[in-house]
Amino acid sequence: MKSFIPREVESLWTLFTAPTVWAIHFVGCYAAVAVYCAKAATLDFSFGTVRLALGGFTVVALAVIVLSAWLAWRQWGFGAGDPPHDEPTRKARTLFQGFATLLLSGLSFVAVLYMAIPLILIAECQR
Amino acid sequence: MATSLVSSCSGSHSTLDPAGPEAAKVAQLFYVMLAGGAVIWIGLVSVFIYAARKKHQHTEENAGRVILWGGAIIPSVILCALLSYGMWLMPAIRPWVPDDQSVRRIEVTGEQFWWRVRYLDEADGIMFETANEVRIPIGEPAHFSLKAADVIHSFWVPSLGGKMDMIPGRTNPLTLTADREGTYRGVCAEFCGESHALMAFTVRAVSPADHEAWLAERSASDPQDAEGLAVFLNNGCGACHAISGTAANGRIGPDLTAFGERGTLAAGTLPHTAEDIARFVAHPGEIKPGVKMPHFGMLPEDDIKKIAAFLKELR
Repeated sequence: MKSFIPREVESLWTLFTAPTVWAIHFVGCYAAVAVYCAKAATLDFSFGTVRLALGGFTVVALAVIVLSAWLAWRQWGFGAGDPPHDEPTRKARTLFQGFATLLLSGLSFVAVLYMAIPLILIAECQR
Repeated sequence: MATSLVSSCSGSHSTLDPAGPEAAKVAQLFYVMLAGGAVIWIGLVSVFIYAARKKHQHTEENAGRVILWGGAIIPSVILCALLSYGMWLMPAIRPWVPDDQSVRRIEVTGEQFWWRVRYLDEADGIMFETANEVRIPIGEPAHFSLKAADVIHSFWVPSLGGKMDMIPGRTNPLTLTADREGTYRGVCAEFCGESHALMAFTVRAVSPADHEAWLAERSASDPQDAEGLAVFLNNGCGACHAISGTAANGRIGPDLTAFGERGTLAAGTLPHTAEDIARFVAHPGEIKPGVKMPHFGMLPEDDIKKIAAFLKELR
């Protein structure tokens, strides 16, 4: 069976996956709540529905970040070697990129969680 | 020293001496953040001391663990806790009244460098206008609609709650409640020009019965000093200032109806005495740089005194 997870990660793009997911989640939450609260009177679903949908969005975002972190961890050799990986070799560069991606994934995970706090605690449209 | 430190936190202009539920929550938030900050500081200093001890050589693995926990995990958890706490308090700090709920609102417009205050009825009709002083009843929420006429200002009464920006073209709602009678000082909290620091106002919190009586009385003002009024009108003051019940109906400057009952002059800049009123009429720009009012120092001194005496007693 062919795995859907790429076998090798050679692209610099993987480095940006987790921060990009965070950015999309950030803008998505902000825009969804702002648009809903501006149009609340004309829409026939409640703010609770918006919060629930964004909660689901948050879970998806966290899952993608975890997947990105797992790929990075694999690229880093599952933590077998220690940083800083600064030799001028292809292997060291790959390990360094894997480690940096793992750290960025951790940061993005926490940032997405922080972004979700208002969804839990702010229960109505406020201005 | 402790006494002076403690007493400096009280007064009519202090977040730490709250006079209403919203301000009490702001003060509570401050103290919790202060305590949180103190705990973090003590923890950090302890870690510094631990790390700098010469007796123990730290292994690389051990040092990495301290960095991971002390540098990433613990700060993230503490930040999460403080952020959650602030968010949890937010609805109480900013009570929200939906747009379609009909309440009596007080419209305050920030202008360089004073406050236009309009009392509105339930249908948003203007009951009357005043300036630089707001009266609210205690024990019930006062709903403000905040606007700006020229640049961004910010409406802040530290004893009653958090600040709210006043932005040209927008109406920002703010609800404040005073739970004890008193006079509280408010300020502009967003730099708005050269006299920004001279743009203050007074909030008087009175009993609901007194407030209703004042609203009724204020809607029908009747100036008495006929001579002073004549001097005021003859020198053109009425082109910019309004006094209800007279021919003065200017809308450019502050409404002066019942000016005599205000506690301060020129948006909290001067005490409310006849001498200071005369001084301000003669040379407003020297007292309040950038003010739109032209100076009237060329008027006969007698006229200025008459205007000042008239305004001082105007009810």
